[in-house]
Formats: sequence, structure tokens, C-alpha cells
Amino acid sequence: MEVLDIVLFALFAFTVVFFGSFIGNYLYKIYDGKKTFLDPIISPIENMFFRISGINTEKSQSFKEYTLSMMVFNIFGIFILFIILFFQSSFLFNPQNFPNLSWHLALNTAISFVTNTNWQSYGGESTMSYFSQMVGLSIHNFLSAATGAAIAVALMRGLTGRGIGNFYVDMTKTTLRLLLPLSIIYAIFLLSQGVIQNLSSYIDVTTIEGVKQTLAMGPVASQEAIKMLGTNGGGFFNANSAHPFENPNELTNFVQIFSIFLIPIALLFAYGKFAGNRREGIAILASMALLFALTLGGTYYAESQGNSMLTSLGVANGPSMEGKEVRFSLGASSLFATVTTAASCGAVNSMHDSYSPLAGGVLMLQMMVGEVIFGGVGAGFYGMMIYALLSMFMIGLMVGKTPMYLGKKIEAYEIKAVIIALLLPSAAILGFSAIAANCADGLAGLNNAGPHGLSEILYAYTSAAGNNGSAFAGLTANTPFYNVTLAIAMFIGRFGVIIPMIAIAASMSNKKTYALSSGSVKSDNMTFTIFLAVTVLILGALTFLPALTFTAIAEHVLMLSGKLF
Amino acid sequence: MKKTIEINNSKIFKEALKESFIRLNPKHQIKNPVIFAVTLSSAFSTALFITGHFDSVDFWFNLQLLFWLWFTVIFANFAEALAEGRGKAQASSLRQTQSNLKANRYIGNVTEYVDASLLVKGDVVIVKAGELIPIDGEVIEGVASVNESAITGESAPVIRESGGDRSSVTGGTTVLSDWIKVRVTAAKGESFLDKMIMLVEGAKRQKTPNEIALSLILIGFSLIFLLAVATLQPIVGYFHSSFSLLVLVALFVCLIPTTIGGLLSAIGIAGMDRLLRKNVIATSGKAVETAGDISVLLLDKTGTITFGNRMASEFFTVSGVSKSKLLSYAILSSQADETPEGRSIVALAESMDAKSVDLIGEKTWISFSADTRLSGVNVGDINIRKGAMDSVAKFVELYDGMLDTECRGICERIAKEGATPLVIAVNGRILGVVMLKDIVKPGIKAKFAELRLMGIKTVMITGDNPLTAAAIAAEAGVDDFVAEATPETKIRLIQQYQKEGHLVAMTGDGTNDAPALAQADVGLAMNSGTQSAKEAANMIDLDSSPTKLLEIVEVGKQLLSTRGALTTFSIANDVAKYFAVIPAMAVIVFPSLAVLNIMDLASPKSAILSAVIFNALIIVALIPVALRGAAFKAQSEEAALRRNLAIYGLGGIITPFVGIKLIDMVISALGLV
Repeated sequence: MEVLDIVLFALFAFTVVFFGSFIGNYLYKIYDGKKTFLDPIISPIENMFFRISGINTEKSQSFKEYTLSMMVFNIFGIFILFIILFFQSSFLFNPQNFPNLSWHLALNTAISFVTNTNWQSYGGESTMSYFSQMVGLSIHNFLSAATGAAIAVALMRGLTGRGIGNFYVDMTKTTLRLLLPLSIIYAIFLLSQGVIQNLSSYIDVTTIEGVKQTLAMGPVASQEAIKMLGTNGGGFFNANSAHPFENPNELTNFVQIFSIFLIPIALLFAYGKFAGNRREGIAILASMALLFALTLGGTYYAESQGNSMLTSLGVANGPSMEGKEVRFSLGASSLFATVTTAASCGAVNSMHDSYSPLAGGVLMLQMMVGEVIFGGVGAGFYGMMIYALLSMFMIGLMVGKTPMYLGKKIEAYEIKAVIIALLLPSAAILGFSAIAANCADGLAGLNNAGPHGLSEILYAYTSAAGNNGSAFAGLTANTPFYNVTLAIAMFIGRFGVIIPMIAIAASMSNKKTYALSSGSVKSDNMTFTIFLAVTVLILGALTFLPALTFTAIAEHVLMLSGKLF
Repeated sequence: MKKTIEINNSKIFKEALKESFIRLNPKHQIKNPVIFAVTLSSAFSTALFITGHFDSVDFWFNLQLLFWLWFTVIFANFAEALAEGRGKAQASSLRQTQSNLKANRYIGNVTEYVDASLLVKGDVVIVKAGELIPIDGEVIEGVASVNESAITGESAPVIRESGGDRSSVTGGTTVLSDWIKVRVTAAKGESFLDKMIMLVEGAKRQKTPNEIALSLILIGFSLIFLLAVATLQPIVGYFHSSFSLLVLVALFVCLIPTTIGGLLSAIGIAGMDRLLRKNVIATSGKAVETAGDISVLLLDKTGTITFGNRMASEFFTVSGVSKSKLLSYAILSSQADETPEGRSIVALAESMDAKSVDLIGEKTWISFSADTRLSGVNVGDINIRKGAMDSVAKFVELYDGMLDTECRGICERIAKEGATPLVIAVNGRILGVVMLKDIVKPGIKAKFAELRLMGIKTVMITGDNPLTAAAIAAEAGVDDFVAEATPETKIRLIQQYQKEGHLVAMTGDGTNDAPALAQADVGLAMNSGTQSAKEAANMIDLDSSPTKLLEIVEVGKQLLSTRGALTTFSIANDVAKYFAVIPAMAVIVFPSLAVLNIMDLASPKSAILSAVIFNALIIVALIPVALRGAAFKAQSEEAALRRNLAIYGLGGIITPFVGIKLIDMVISALGLV
């Protein structure tokens, strides 16, 4: 292991937790209605907005009202985005004269960006007009992240005995007080580092080798900022963060990785504030960190081993650099890959398809457990709460008590919601993979044979249902079959979890809070942290081990025995 | 003397064995979804087997698999039937006497002789000496002594009379003298005992909220595994490979939580059974589980914490009097005193090797009177008296003596400790003071320390003055106390604690306790108490033992922790089952995946069969744990969690590795596959 890589990992962990705690405090203040320094500028805008739309900021919504608001808002968003993409050629800012998207690609992309997945069945620079990128896609980079944060906050409020709040209020606050200001600063920083921001036509240049090359242009910096902060991951260019115009140097690379985890970590600190006990948030953070250390270690180890077959041929020695940007080290690439699949970001700076079989398996497992290792903005928190409630249920039983979390009883209703939220995404992953692996439409998109081909299918649905959006990229997904099935998987993976979580938030908020006595088991200590991490691992492994056996594990064993795909 | 309950174990065993087959009836199975899934899978596979859908090469292997699949269901049925059989035997031995009872029903002015089963609520019956009380009820007229040993095991007769706190009678008890008129409060089949019997009968048992939630988790896990297994076939279809359906069924049955699924209702029934063994009747399973959650225990001082009688605990002499003189006069003064206080003075003095002072002359015993408030003895002209300080002061003044400041000081000091001073004097002379104390029951302090460790707060309720109460509270080691309490204080206190988010338990027996018993989360009524107290409570202690509440808390906690422990064990088992079965299936697709067989099992077939056999046998192996309950120790929840995790979590991971390997060795040695 390179010393520099260790330094990089440590520096990353330190900065992200350090800044996360500050933003977490700030988040708690804005969500709990406390004063913040941005009030003089933003409060008037916000109030005007609420007045015009007639939103009652004081009253907490019921489960039904909240769910209805959230679904109407999101489905409306999908509809508008679909229209923009489907009629792209009729709108402005289209210097390259890109045609309209096909119905299935428009549908897939609309659902993809609204669900914070940012799965891209297309290459950005050869498909999307500037209007589609800026007005269509970028807006949802903000709104989908804000939706996630709003649900997380509703759940925090419910668990800590407050009303779940108003969806529109939290959405507006998240966008205006968190995402916009941070993105502006971030975009300016990226500009200073060489990320482009223009509306020019593409430039044709002749390289020193005399080859003609087209340089794609565009308003990259502004979209890049929210792509990372909002754990969206939808790149402006097809090469995503491996493209020098998106991610020009080591510093931007570091900041990009940092910015993926920033808000998910901040939300955990905000949770501690809501619970009136910092340790409640830190215990969850520690559990995620523990899992992350395992997955990062696994990926890094598998990658540093390289490919035994290349070594034996004498072609390459040492770590595997296939599919990685040589500008970034093995550490920086492994870190980026692990972070982007841990959080449901999906931005990439290397080809996950080229990762060694086991590393690919680790990346998949992170998404399979439901993107709860920090996870997407908000989604990581409420996803982890599924496991936290299950853990506290088991812990409560084991000590002989009616299970409770934060002094509130976990009963049949919550368990039902937890099971639904656990089952739906898994069903989407395994169900669609099973279909795709057995039909001509599914097999047509494959780039590789054998277990690796199956991995590509499994990875695609895992990424979709986990709302991650990264791809193994061997798969040609821009077909009606994949576009539609992946869109369904993304929809289920998003709302199949969110709605049960709102139900839990609303039901918990109305429950009596019991006092914790001196001997009570707590959810803010080491035992809970480890129990939670083990629950995630065991449940994830038990559900997906059979599927992983015939993909990543089989490929690894076959590679060791000299068979490649 | 406790009544010993005879339970014929081999008969229950045989009965349960028979029941395990009868319970294959889908109507019964559907109540247990996890086991029902196994039943369906087995039935479906059997149908395919019979119609010849499986490869005949694997005939013996398939047959054995089917055999063990069915046994998984049978074993689960057996566990439930066994728990139920034991519970029923326990309950029916309690109500043996209740069957075939006859009653003299009283209508207008005539009585008719009817079967007790015909009685309805509100009927009035007359029971005379020598007759059995036919049914639970309330005395509305008359007084009688009743032998309640059939229910409580206590052979000393008790008085039952109309009005007041001793008006309730229980069916099956015998009237020894006189007669009583009883109004029926619960018709046959609705009495407390009947309700309890329902709780140990699987068929009629209502699932508790906690059981429902846990069942949902088990169903959820089963669905997840169904998903994982069902998609496995199409996934390997990608490699143009396929598995035998029976192997997939075997994997599915191995993975779903059959262990806890099969034992879940047995655990619930056994919990009720354990309660019944402690002679406690609960009106619902929920009440027992709530008992495990209790965080505040309200305990009456008298009877629960102390013996309730003041007893001599120390002698104090005044200057100029030797200790032996005081003791010898103290013995003499109390020799004829039959009150507990008097007897305790003699006992304490004699334990200090003292003997009665030997005075010659005729002894005239002076017993306590409300007038003088003194008792003692006259021997000739020597008058010995004992009594409260003020009364003795008046007595010594008759002889021109006086109660000096020294004695007054001793008395005040004793009073400050919450005890009662009793001064002993001979004519005009003060000899010393006996300290009378409400004696705290031995061992109760340790019990409270255990409760504190478990996070349960104990609060002593007493009518004593704050000084006395504080002293006893400190000695008994309770966390808090309420002095000069009235029944209203109790209910206010319960509401206060509940508002702070606590779950409160209390015991009571009087009619004025009824509102508080109803308000408490767990209200335990004494069987000797009034009917209204019993109706307000959700549990009744047939022994009327005030410390029973502590045992009930343990039963409740043990019930839940057994469920948690076995669920954890069941899920942890899956890790090893994966390691056994998945490699066996993987080699079918890729022979080189044989390297995954890290358990080194003999063959893919023996691996699968071993896992299924282990899965079935572990249910039987854990039946004792389900019936007995997971070992319970008074310790902090954190410690209990770590302990259970080590035993059932870690143990649950390791055990099947060993078990499956052993089974594999046995079946391959026997050449079964």
C-alpha cells in the first residue's frame, strides 16, 4: 500500500467530517427554524415564494398530505423533463442542433434525474443541448437532492417526536439555503481550476499528431458543482469525472470526492442535534464509516493485486491501471469509485467495468445494501434508518424489552414499512436482472461474455434501484428494453423506499416517548454501531450472495484459474 | 405447604407427537407463515416427486430430501404441541376441582340444584359448609371460613364475608363453616383461569403485538430469501445451466428462519406456562410482555418490603443499669405478651443468652389496655411495665420517679431512625429502652439492587410518617419512597411516572386500590383481594405473595429475550448454510468453483442434504431452550445484550459449521448419498 494513498484516505476522512459537522449544525438550524446568517437575504425570497404558492409553513403535514405533495411534485418533474427532452430540438441553446430524444431515452432520463439516480443511457456531449442540460437536467440535480434531504429531515423530526413538517417548505429551504449557495462557491472554485463554463459551439482542433479532434464545450462548472454536492453524478460529458474539462487536476479530484460525502455526513450531525444527543448521529456515522473502511479496503486491495494473468504474461506488473486515468493515482481512483458507489452519486473518474472482479463485486454490494454507506443526500440517512430500526428491534428483544428506538416503540406498522422498503429495491434488482439475463433484448446489450456479462446486467439494475447511476459501462443500455426496465427500477428504488419512510416518520411522530432508564440499551454507543454495521452486511450478503456467486465471485475464481471474459 | 402439581410428562410427550401430525392441517399451518411456507414447498415437491418429475438417478437423494423437509414441519408442530400440552396440564390441574361442580342457584326465595356450567353472570348461589364454591364470585351475604388450598396451596382457612376487602371467592374452593350467598361474577369459560387456559392453547391464543411484529420480520426475511432463491434459476439460465427444483426448495427452506418460526408459538405458550407455575394468572399475553418493560415498581411497604410487624432489634440501657438486668426484666415483662412485638422482645433477649429474672411471688400479668397503654407484670410489690415513653413517664411518676433526659435522648434517637422506642421500668426506676423496628425482609435489598441493575426503579409506598419511611427506605435500598400515602397518592404517582415516559407496575388488594391497578401498566391483584381489585388488574397472584411482581418482571423479560435470542440464532445460521449449499450449487454451473467448498463437504449432494438435516434437527435441539426460556440473569441491558450476542449470535454462526460438517461426515460414512 502506497504511503501517499494512506495519507490521502486520512486527509479525506478528516476534512469531510470536519466540514460536515459545521454544515450539520447549519442544517439543523435551518430545518428547526433557528436564525442563520443568510436570513436577511433569503427569508424575504422564501416568504414571497410561500405567500404566492399559499403554503402554510407552520402546519406539519400528515402522512397522506406529505406523500401526495412529494409524489405530485416528483411526477410533475418527470413529466416536464420528459417534454423538454422529447422536444429538445424545438428549444433554444442548441448550437450543435441535436435531435429530439427517443421516447424511451427521454423517459429513462427524466426518471433518472428526478430520482437522483442520474443513470445515463446516453453520452452527454453527443445527445443533450445546452438547454436540456441547464434547464432540464441541472434543475433536477438540485430538486432531487432537496427531495432526499426533505424526507430525511421529515424522518428525523418524526423519530424525535416532532411533526414531520411540510414537504414544500423543506424543499425550498434545502435548495435556497444549502444547495444554491454551496454550488455557487463550488462552481467558482472549479472555474478557477480550469473547468469550462460557456455556451459556445464545439471546437475542432488539429492535434500535434495531425489528427482532427472535436472539443465539446458547454456550461460545465455550474452543473459539475451540483452533480457532486447533490450526489447526482450525471456527467456533462460521457467520460464524466474522468474528463479533464470536468475534473482537471488532483485538487479538483479531491474536492469532488469530498463534496459527494459532505451533505450526507452533515445530515448525520444535524440528526444528532434533532435527537438532542450528538452521539445518536455519530453512532450512525461511525457505523457507515466502519462499513466504508471495509469496502474501501476491499476495493483498494483487489485493485492493488492487479491481474494475475497480466503479471504472468509479463505485460504488466503491480496494480491494475486498466480503465483508470493515469492522472489520478490508484488510491484516488479506488477512493473515488468506493465513495461514488457508497454514496448514491454515480459520478466516476475511472471505468468500473475494468475493475477486478472482486472490486466490482464490492462496488455492487455497496449499492445492493441500499446505498446506506453515507448514501445519497438524505437517502443515505433514511436508508440506514431501515437497518437501524431492524437493529433496535432485535436488540430490544435480546434484552427482553419491547423494542424501541429513541424511546419510541417499534411496532408492526413500522416493521411492515421497513420490510417493504427492504424488499422492493431488492426485488427490482434481482427480478429485472433475472429477466434481462434470459431474454434476447437483455442479452443484446452485452459487451462481454461469461460471468462478466452477467455482472454488467446485475450492476446496471443495482445501480438503478440503488439510485446510484454509475454504470459498469460495458452495457449498451440505450434500447427500449433497458431504458424502460431501468426506469422502472429507478422509480421503485426511489419511491419504494421514500413512501414507507414517510409512513414511519409520521407514525413515530405521534408515538409516546418512553424514558430510558439507567440500564437501558442505547443507540448511541459502540455496541449499536457495530450491531448496525453487521446487520447491513449480513442482510446484504444473505440477499445477494447467490447472485454475486455467479457474477463477481465466479469471475474471480475463473480468473485465478486462467479464464477471462 | 405448596401444592405440587403432577404432570405426566410421557403422556404429554406422546400426545404432542400425535398432535404434530394432526397439525399438518393447512387450517392450523396458516397461522405460522414461515412453517406454512415449508409445508407448501414440501407438498409441492412431493407431488412432483410422485408424478415422476425428478431425475430418477437422484431417486434416493430426492427421497431423503423430501423426508427431511417434512420432518422440519413435524418438528415445528411438535414444539408447539409440547409447549401447549405442558401449559394445558398445568392449567387443568389448577381447575381439576372446577369440573362437574353443582350449584344451588337461588331465584326469588327458592333454590334449585343445577350444573355449574349453566350459571351466568349475575346469578346468586348459596354455598354451605362442606360444599365447593361452584364458580368465581363475590360474597353478598354471610361469613364463612373457606379452604382455598385448591388454588393457592395454602391450607390455612381464610375468612370470606360480604362487603369490605374479603368478599371475593374462587370457584373450586371449599366452604368449611357457615354459609355464604355468592353472586356470580364470571360465567363458566370467562373466569380468570379460563382466560389463562386460553393463553396456553395455541389454537385460541391471540398473538401479542410483539409477536405480530416479529412474525412480520420473519415473513419479510422469508420473502427476501424467496426472492434470492427464485431468481437464482433464471440467473444461471444465463449460463444455459439449471438446478433441480428440489435443490432450490432445499436452499429456500434452509434459509428462511424456520428455527424461530417453528419455535415462536412454543416460546409464547411456555412463557405463559412459566407464569402459571408461579401461580400467577394473566388476562393477556400482552400484560406479561409489558411486565418485561416495566421501569418503575410501586411496592407497598407492609408485607412486601417489611414483615409488617415491628420487632425488637436492640436494647439500650440507661446509666447505672447493667445490660443483663435490662434483658432479664424485659423477658419477664413480655413473657405473657402474645403480640408479635412481645414475642420478639423475648426472642431477641434470649438470643443474647439472657434469662428471665427470677422473682418469688405470684405473678399478675397486666395486659395492654387502651387506658394506660402499658403492659407488664406484678410480682408482689414489684411492678414491671413496658410502653411508650409518655405512658411510662406517667407510670414512674406514681413512684416519684422520673424519665430523665438520658432516656428521653435515647428515645428520640430511636424515633429519628424510624423505629419505635419501648421503655421498660420497674416501679419508679427506668431500666432501659427496647428498639422496635419494622424489619426489612432478608434478601430484599439484594433483589432491589438487581432490579436497579436492570434499570428498574423501585418506589416504596407507605402510610408511615416521612421519618420512619425514610429510614426503612434507606435500609431496604429502594430508590424512592412516598410517605403518608393514600390510594389517591398512588394513582397520582402512577400518572406522574407515566407522563415522564415510564411503565409502572404495582400490586394491590383492596377496593380502593382498583383505580390505581387499572391505571398501572401492570397491575397485580392478590387473590385474597376484592373482586373489584381483581377485575381492575391484569394479573392475579393466587399465592397473594407481595414479592411476586419481581418474578413476573423476570418472566416477561425472559419471554422477549428468548424470542430475540432464537431469531438471532436462526438468522446467524444462514451464514454457514450458504457456505454449505452455495458451493454445492455453484459447481453445477462452473466445476472450478469447487474451491468455494471451504467446509470440505464430501459431495454437493451430501452438502445440501446435511444443511437440510441440520435445519430440521436444530428445531428439536432448541425445544428445551424455547420451553425453559433463554437463561436469564439480573444484569444491565448492555451486559445482557453482549452476553446474548455472544451465545446466540456468535454461537449461531459457529454451531451450524460444526453441525453440518458432522452430519456430512455421518451421512457420507453411511453411504446415504
